[in-house]
Amino acid sequence: MTIWIAIGVTAAGCYLVKLLGLSVPAGVLERPLVRRLAALLPVALLAALTAQQTFSDGRHLLLDARAAGVGAAALALVLRAPFLVVVAVAVVVTAGVRAL
Amino acid sequence: MRTDPAAPPADSAVVRDALGVGVAVGLSGFAFGVTSAGAGLGLLQTCALSLLVFTGASQFALVGALAAGGNPFTAAAGAFFLGVRNAFYGLRLSGLLGVPRAVRPLAAHWVIDETSAVALAQPDRRTARLGFTITGLTLYVLWNLTTLIGALGASALGDTDAWGLDAAGPAVFLALLAPMLSGTVERAVAGLGVLLVLLCQPVLPAGVPVLVAALAAPAVLTVHGRMTRGTEPGERR
Repeated sequence: MTIWIAIGVTAAGCYLVKLLGLSVPAGVLERPLVRRLAALLPVALLAALTAQQTFSDGRHLLLDARAAGVGAAALALVLRAPFLVVVAVAVVVTAGVRAL
Repeated sequence: MRTDPAAPPADSAVVRDALGVGVAVGLSGFAFGVTSAGAGLGLLQTCALSLLVFTGASQFALVGALAAGGNPFTAAAGAFFLGVRNAFYGLRLSGLLGVPRAVRPLAAHWVIDETSAVALAQPDRRTARLGFTITGLTLYVLWNLTTLIGALGASALGDTDAWGLDAAGPAVFLALLAPMLSGTVERAVAGLGVLLVLLCQPVLPAGVPVLVAALAAPAVLTVHGRMTRGTEPGERR
């Protein structure tokens, strides 16, 4: 049930902000500070989520095979690998390190 | 192949670009389906997310937070904040596309990174509408189809962690983040975000650390504003 509540709230919230953008008159959200903050918010969140899901089991910090996998994914990104290749590299390296 | 040089760009070129983006990104629904099923969500729940939320980063954030034991509202809050950027795409698209009022509620669902990128790259309303519609349609159909396949595949695999599939989520976030790290301010925000989440993780309830890390954005912006005001007096007065 908890999961369905989270799905419902997320779906409603994400849809409403999409609709809001298309519906409000230009200028309302166009203040430079608001725009800048909206561009930086995803940066903070994505960086935090990457770190959290790489170095934590949800409760405690820990270092395991995922760190190697995500590190390999970072290398793939530096080498300009396509999106799906980056994800595949992370999965394969993580599985490989675990199998050792 | 362009027969009429006076009509830039040819519809076929717009369609080709739109299909390229739609297919490449649409296939990543597979990674979401696998991650979501691996996080313990049911097949119906996983597919509902792709059908109803349809903005990838938010979906990954939600299942990640739920897997970590976050309560539904902190988990949804993180996903929601990631979705806020779509409002700004809509803002820029509304003038360009001139969406009729009746179609707006439908078109809104497709306002995401990829459809915006394709539409905003077009020079006029007609090609922008074409690019938006084709990217949206291709991406929506493929994203949902591959979500289903990924979720079914993950259930068939059993222990997804043994296959390294728990690394798919953070790798997706990293791939989404990388192109955004162009400037010093962006890198500072990312660094502070990482620091905050790792410091808060052992002491705060699940889901909350990511929300605390979001404060890195206003914090760095404030400090940066003070610094530029200090070095360039008069510029912002």
